[in-house]
This record gives sequence, structure tokens and C-alpha cells, in this order.
Amino acid sequence: MTITKRFWTALIFSFPMLIGMILMPFGIMLPGGEWTQFVLTTIVMAVAARPFLQSAWASFKKHHSNMDTLVAIGTITAYVYSIYAMFTRQAVFFESAAFVITFVLLGQVFEERMRNNASNAIEKLVDLQAKEAEVMRDGKLVKVPLSDIVVGDIIRVKPGQKIAVDGVITEGNSTVDESMVTGESMPVVKKSGDKVIGSTINSNGTFMFKAEKVGGDTMLSQIVELVKKAQNSHAPIQNLTDKVSEIFVPVVLILSILTFLVWYVFLGATLANALIFAVSVVVIACPCALGLATPTALMVGTGRGAKMDILIKNGEVLEEVSDIKTVVFDKTGTITNGKPEVTDIVGNEQVLTIAATLEESSEHPLATAILNQAKKQNISSLAFNNFKAIEGKGVEATINGQKAFVGNDKLLNDVHINKELKTEMIRLQNEAKTVVFVGSGNKILGLIAIQDAPKSTSKEAISALKKRGLRTVMLTGDNNRVAQAIAQEVGIDDVIADVLPGDKADHVKDLQKNGKVAFVGDGINDAPALTMADVGIAMGSGTDIAIESGGIVLMKNDLRDVVKALELSRKTFNRIKLNLFWAFIYNVLGIPVAAGLFFAIGLTLSPELAGLAMAFSSLSVVTSSVLLNKSKISVA
Amino acid sequence: MTKILVLIIGIAAIGFILWWFFGNHHVASATANVSNGDQKVDIEVNGGYSPEVVTLKKGIPATINFTRKDASSCLDRVVFSDFGINKELPQNEQQSIQIDTSEAGEYQWACGMDMFHGKLIIK
Repeated sequence: MTITKRFWTALIFSFPMLIGMILMPFGIMLPGGEWTQFVLTTIVMAVAARPFLQSAWASFKKHHSNMDTLVAIGTITAYVYSIYAMFTRQAVFFESAAFVITFVLLGQVFEERMRNNASNAIEKLVDLQAKEAEVMRDGKLVKVPLSDIVVGDIIRVKPGQKIAVDGVITEGNSTVDESMVTGESMPVVKKSGDKVIGSTINSNGTFMFKAEKVGGDTMLSQIVELVKKAQNSHAPIQNLTDKVSEIFVPVVLILSILTFLVWYVFLGATLANALIFAVSVVVIACPCALGLATPTALMVGTGRGAKMDILIKNGEVLEEVSDIKTVVFDKTGTITNGKPEVTDIVGNEQVLTIAATLEESSEHPLATAILNQAKKQNISSLAFNNFKAIEGKGVEATINGQKAFVGNDKLLNDVHINKELKTEMIRLQNEAKTVVFVGSGNKILGLIAIQDAPKSTSKEAISALKKRGLRTVMLTGDNNRVAQAIAQEVGIDDVIADVLPGDKADHVKDLQKNGKVAFVGDGINDAPALTMADVGIAMGSGTDIAIESGGIVLMKNDLRDVVKALELSRKTFNRIKLNLFWAFIYNVLGIPVAAGLFFAIGLTLSPELAGLAMAFSSLSVVTSSVLLNKSKISVA
Repeated sequence: MTKILVLIIGIAAIGFILWWFFGNHHVASATANVSNGDQKVDIEVNGGYSPEVVTLKKGIPATINFTRKDASSCLDRVVFSDFGINKELPQNEQQSIQIDTSEAGEYQWACGMDMFHGKLIIK
């Protein structure tokens, strides 16, 4: 019988007793009196309460106890005593047993629903997968289910279809919406030789690709695995509740016996009253609220993170985040885009046109930056001849019958540069930018400044972290001048430059002397630092190793997510603490009240109210966890 | 006179609770049967887990079959936090859980509310 059915049974059969209780003050009695109550309660006990009794007995035999033990002992006591009282013509309290069962089941019905609610984030992720794919088998394309795809299969993807597994395009091209995995909102252009990720959506073209990772090895499966582990991980704070829950039930049973003895033996209460207090103690105590406090919050918090493309690996990370004092950033690829870009052009359009023309066949990173910029501005290159390199200085060629050149500052020995351009050059160089000179004849026409520029979101993210009272540090292998310039631009507090790749972890260790450190990085060389830091935050577009070493993984390459991740972790951990606080306080206050400690000031609890309070204490903990989904997480 | 008798019974009951729940009692344990390069353990879930301690051999794929007999919602899920497993146990149905035995060690499992525990030893 399901919990819901048991609840309805209990409700229907205790309802007449509720009516009876309400009508009693008006002198209207339930027909049949005690006998009707006896029959109704017996049905409730036999049908709705039986699983509690069975479970309590089964665990008792194994020297264990749980919430069912308390419910069973409380209601059986009330029930058996009432039968005895009925035959000895004393006041009965059958309804207490029936009501307690009804309330406890009501609480469990809600709680079950909430618990399912808390755990559904992961199912949504799995649902993202394609169900089948068109695979080349024996030279023909056939539809096969996802689970039958093997590494090396050639798969066709039509427009609008989901890509089944991870692989490499062998034929055709298209644009792909990868937002569900990488968080990148713009569709990405894919051509032969490019990698595609399973579960992303193909938009306009048809292409064939070769499966490289299938089943549990695909990126999505690994993300799902990560989230699952996180949701079910054990937070260190739980060690406390583990200890408490082990002794909780026996201690409550002892307290209830003591309550009975004190009232009956020492205070001279009637047997019925002493029993009522004892039963209330057993019924109000709620170990479940304690047990549910941490796992439900953890599940909702990490699940919500996954929806925001922030993967928090486990409960331990959450705890660490709450005492972070310093956030250390890797520079290249973390604060900056990781590739040089044109940041300034001094001079007219001709400057970029000449530069793009001369650099067209070069593979130097600076040349790539110039060509990308030309493409962005829709500048096409010109016809040229007499192309030649100027040793160590740059390149030159003849365009429209005139000599044109592009190169570095060593060119300045041969050609003239006017004063204005010179001031500009000094300004740009002070900003740690690489300056490229573009000229025609023997005159410099203009300058192009190139830099691995900070991401547009870095500055905002860092100021948000500083606002939260965190110290920000940049750790980089780059030279001090470049590092300082970038640091200034994004507003970072301290810079540690010229760091050898192998020494990053040692610097993190040093910083840990002043409190807990979070390290944000992406490259393979960041893995030791990610592990060394109290909280390692890996940028998800980075390498597998970085993801493996990080405690938090950001799927999007956006530093603002560092702020969000810290905020979410903090909120989740605070929610755990809040839940635990309420669960403890509830028991600490509820048990003395139920025991009749405040009888003198008129504060007592009947067993049915105690049952109601118990049902709602665990329900309120689960609700509080689910509400984490609604709490505000923002960068500002 | 009755009161003294009640007092004595009450104190005896407290003594019994202490001995029953906190005394040193035998815990059911089991070692997996290895057959055809596979190992299997059946666990009955009824007021706790029997056996409560399971020993598996390292490196051999393992399956643990849980069958929940108990109606209590306390036991309706089983959680292996170290393996990221959280599985519903429908009543009176056998649920198989695959365990990755590649790393030796001691692992805990628990019910969904973290009230009942079992121990997995891989060696």
C-alpha cells in the first residue's frame, strides 16, 4: 500500500473521531462512544499504521531504531492503554493514536513529493541526449539506438537533429548550438576535422562524423556523473548528525520513560496523564528532520548549479567556500581570452588594409590577430608584389607601385615617425601592448596594438569579488610589466608574475598562510595549483585534467561565474546550517514542552499536536531546501 | 507500593534499552560469491540491511542486489555517496547496483535519510 493510500485510510477512519471531538463541548457524543473509537482506531492501526509497526520491529531485531520506532511505540502505548482504560471504565485516548498516524502520514506524503522535486535536476540533463542516430553499417545508413553506437562509427546528422555522441566531422559542415554543454550562446561553425559534442544541436547543414567517445565516456555522461556524485556526496558537517542519529531514538525512549516515572512516581499524576506526557515525548521527537537537513540542501544546491553551468563537485567544497579569504587567478585564458587580439588601431583604414595584405601568408600569432581584425571589419587585402622579409624587423612589398611595410620597433631606425604617433606608441607600450608599425614609402602611417586582452566580463567579476571582501591575486608566468598592466585594467589587488609553471602550487601554498584560498585556472599546468588550493575552480572549456582537479567546474568561460559559484556554495552551505539549526532547536525545545516541563505555566502538548509538529518539522526542512531554487544568485 | 514497582520496571526498561541499542552485538556480514569473473551479493532491506557489512574482491565487477521488504519510507532509497549512486528501492523488487571495485577501501552506504548504514569493504 502506498503512503498516499495509507494516509487516506487513516484520514477517513479518524475523521469521525475529529467530528466527535469538536462536537463534544456541545454535549453531542459519537454514537457508540468508546466502542466506536476502539473500532475506528483499530482499523487505522491495522491498516495505515501496520508498516510502521513492522518496520520498527524489523529494525528492533537488528538492534537499530528509526523514526518508525518512535511512531510505533507512541501509538501502541496510547492504543493499548486505551483498551485497558476502556475495560476499567476510565478515560480513553484512542483518538491520539489515530491522529498521530494521520498527521505523520500527511507529512510523509508531502515530504515524498518534495524529495522527488529536489532530485529531478539530473533527469533533465540525461533527457538532453539523443535517443537514436543514423549510423553507417555495411555501407548503408541505418537508424540505431544510442546504446548501440560504438567508437569509430560514422554517423550522419541532419539539420535540427541532436548529435548523438562525441566525435570528429569527416565530411560536410554546419553550425552547431553547443549552449547546453559549453554555455556558449552563439552557434559555432563546424567543418571537416572539427570536434562535435554529443547532445548538442545541429542547426543548418548536414554532416557526417566519426564517433570518438560513446556511452559513459561522452562529455555529457561525465557531467551527469559529476553532478550525481555531487548531489549524493557527504558533507563533513553531516558527521555531527550521523553521531546524533545513531543515539537519537534510544535516548528519546529513555527520556520518555523518565518523563513517565517523574510524573507518575514523584509528582503523583494519574497513570493516564503520565502516559500522555510520555507518549508526547516519543511522538514529537524527530530524527528525520536532522537526517534530511544536509542531503536535501546539497541536492538542490548542486542541482541548481548544474542548471547554471556551474558544477560543484561535493559537499566538502561547499564547506570550504564559506571561509575563503583569497581568490587567485591564472592570467592567460582565465582573466584574458588566451589569444592575442588587436586592441587599438592608430591611423586610418589604410593601416589595417596594408597590414592585413602583408601578413596574409604569415602564421605568426600577431599576424593571426591582425587578419582576424581585418575579417571582422570586412577589409579585403590588396594586390601586391616584390614581397620580402626584412630580417628581424618585419616584411615589405610593393602595393599600387609604392613600397609598404609592417614590422616591429626595430624598423624605427630606418624610417621616420612623427611626434604624435610616438606619444601614442609610448602610451600603448605602457599598457603592455605589443605595437606593430605600418608604413608606406619611408613614413610610418599608423600603429596597431595587439594584446591578449582581458575578457569583457573579467573586470565586473573581480570588482564583485572585492565587494564581497575577498582579496584577489593574479598568478602568471608572464613578465611583470604585462601582468601589472592587465591587473590594473581589471582591478586585481596583487600580482605575482614570472612564475614558472611548476611553482604555481607553491605560491598558492604561500598564500594559504593568510587564510583559505580559491584558485581559478584552466590549463594543464594549473592542475597542481587547483589541487593545492582549498577550492579549485576549473574553467570548463579547459582540459580534462583541469576539470578532474577542480572542486568547482565552470562550463562557461566567464569569470562572473566564479562569483556565482561562490555565492551559490555559500548560500547552500548556509541553508544546510539553517536546516540543522531548526532541526536541533525543534527537538531541543519540543521534547521538554512535550514532557510537561512547562506544565506550571500552562504550556503542554497533547500527543496529536506533537504528532502534527513532528510531521511538519521534517516537511519544513525539505521545503527550506527546495526553496534554495528560488534564492537570488547574482553577480552585482 | 505500586509506584515503587513501576519505578523499578521503568529503570529496568532504561537498562534494557541501553544494553539493546548500545551493547556490542553481532553484525551480519557477508563476502561476495565470485563466479565467472563476476561477484554478487544479495541484501535484504528490512529494518536495516542484512548483511550490513559486505566484503568485495578488488578488481572484479560487482553487483549488489537490494530487495526492500520494509514499507518504511526511511529505507526507500539507497545511497552510496562515494560512488554517486542514489537508487530508489521499490518495495519487494530486486534492484541491482553495479559497484566499481577498482579501488580498495572502506565505503559507507546509507538509506535516503542517512539513518541506516551499511559498510562495503573492497580488498
